[in-house]
Amino acid sequence: MTGTVPLNAYLILSAALFAIGVIGVLIRRNALIIFMAIELMLNAVNLSFVAFSRFLASMDGQIIVFFVMAVAAAEVALGLAIIIALYRNKESVNVDEINLLRG
Amino acid sequence: MPEPAFFVVMVAKIVVVFGLMVLSVAYVTWLERKVIGDIQVRLGPMRVGPHGLLQPFADVIKLMFKEDIVPQAADRAIYFLAPTLALITAFISFAVIPFGDRVRLFGRTIDLVITDVNIGLLYVFGVASLGIYGIVLGGWASNNKYALLGGLRSAAQMISYELSLGLSVVGVVMLSRSLSLVDIVNAQSRAWFIVLQPIGFLIFLICAIAETNRAPFDLPEAETELVAGFHVEYSSMKFAMYFMAEYANMITVSAMATTLFLGGWRGPLLPPVFWFVLKLFLFIFLFIWIRATLPRFRYDQLMRFGWKVLLPVALANTMVTAAFVALR
Amino acid sequence: MEWLVFAPLAAMALATALLVVILRNPIYCALSLVGTFFALSGLYLLLQAQFIAVVQVIVYAGAIMVLFLFVIMLLDVGHEPPPWLRRDAPRLALGIGLVALLLLELAVAIGSKVSHGVRGSYTSELVNAVGNTQLIGRLLFTDFVIPFEITSVILLIAIVGVMVLARR
Repeated sequence: MTGTVPLNAYLILSAALFAIGVIGVLIRRNALIIFMAIELMLNAVNLSFVAFSRFLASMDGQIIVFFVMAVAAAEVALGLAIIIALYRNKESVNVDEINLLRG
Repeated sequence: MPEPAFFVVMVAKIVVVFGLMVLSVAYVTWLERKVIGDIQVRLGPMRVGPHGLLQPFADVIKLMFKEDIVPQAADRAIYFLAPTLALITAFISFAVIPFGDRVRLFGRTIDLVITDVNIGLLYVFGVASLGIYGIVLGGWASNNKYALLGGLRSAAQMISYELSLGLSVVGVVMLSRSLSLVDIVNAQSRAWFIVLQPIGFLIFLICAIAETNRAPFDLPEAETELVAGFHVEYSSMKFAMYFMAEYANMITVSAMATTLFLGGWRGPLLPPVFWFVLKLFLFIFLFIWIRATLPRFRYDQLMRFGWKVLLPVALANTMVTAAFVALR
Repeated sequence: MEWLVFAPLAAMALATALLVVILRNPIYCALSLVGTFFALSGLYLLLQAQFIAVVQVIVYAGAIMVLFLFVIMLLDVGHEPPPWLRRDAPRLALGIGLVALLLLELAVAIGSKVSHGVRGSYTSELVNAVGNTQLIGRLLFTDFVIPFEITSVILLIAIVGVMVLARR
């Protein structure tokens, strides 16, 4: 095991993490854990960006990751506020039970 | 692959720094009791060894032999993890702090810093934000509503003051043009940054006291309020770990204050390490003095002060410093 | 040599990510996610993006996850019953099947091509010489100043939104 790690290794790892995030969103019923799976997907994409930034000798990837992190922080704050407001109304964070608008 | 001597030197530095840290933590507890006793016109520990100098060892032995009670409904894994986390984060921030200039030993030049990372300052802040986990998880794992409330309050306080802490050193970074602590110390060769950034220094000091949960910002863990806060269910060695973590944090922020504002190891004539330790103990003495003198803040006063006073002042300081640096 | 660092970090990232979606206790899930963030931070260091690695720890592991933990502890959400107890087998099978398809597709797309992207000018030597943070700072205030300002507005919107939503 000599030499540098190729770009494809990072991309496959990023794809795997993204896939695990998607499974989390599809399978879990707890809104908070779905949110964590979404954060996992965002981080998988960040890994892709930084890997490309290194292998294409460009700083754009790292700058975009900086922005993604800032926006993710804002999104987490708002999402958690929504979940708290939801919990206040329904006493539950199970997404199966939030179905008042269902026709 | 660097040569093996590099690793030997690194391990030696780590062992020396770790050993000295543990010894300092023990003796800062002794120093605190003596100084507070002196301020309160009494003697402090006098029995164990001359002038109570062996008191820290007596304390450690007592804490080790106490019964280790684990609450029945506590979350065991997190209950054991939390104090360990607090202790680890308290100690690893010392990896980037420069103790002195170069030194020649056995024919090789050794820099007196364990590792000079080019993002050293951000590393210390990262480790500080991880210290919050030790507290909030300890409060949760105890399965005790008072511990949980104390832990959450303490964590909210630390997060709020961490913001102003970070902003207060932006001025220093602008003046030294680098995030590496070694570069920041080297940039103070003409004037210490406390002269150029007095407001930043003051904000850093206040936020450092709040970050380490020391008086007058120690409401979440005061013994007379809220049943001692997040560590109420901890006994014996785990409590000792929290205790050591708090004093280690105190030493770390004192070291950061000397590195960032007081010129680190810079000083005339005497060896650099001596100056570093002198300035370090100056800050530790200041922390102890403040604890013995000032009354405690109420929690809402504390949060209001952090958000409505310190944050705008830190921002204003950043803008003024930026204007000066840009116009120079 | 780099593989010696990459392999454990990648394994840790995958293992903790799987734990996030498998564990029943939300606190354990949050702590596993923190572990994932640490592994990713190590991978960023391996890719010589030191600033991003440290900001990952400070922002994600040190602030966002603490916020998650606060909400989990204050809302006291209980453990979710496991899927076989919920008689959810069709949804579970469909979910895992679709994601396996996605992963297969991605793996084929990645494995079959060599990256033909346009090579820029910021080689590793240049970045290490000037300083990773200095370069990011320079670019943020010159080429990327508009997204930078818009991000500050986004953060302001988030603050105001949280205050409105979380108020009784």
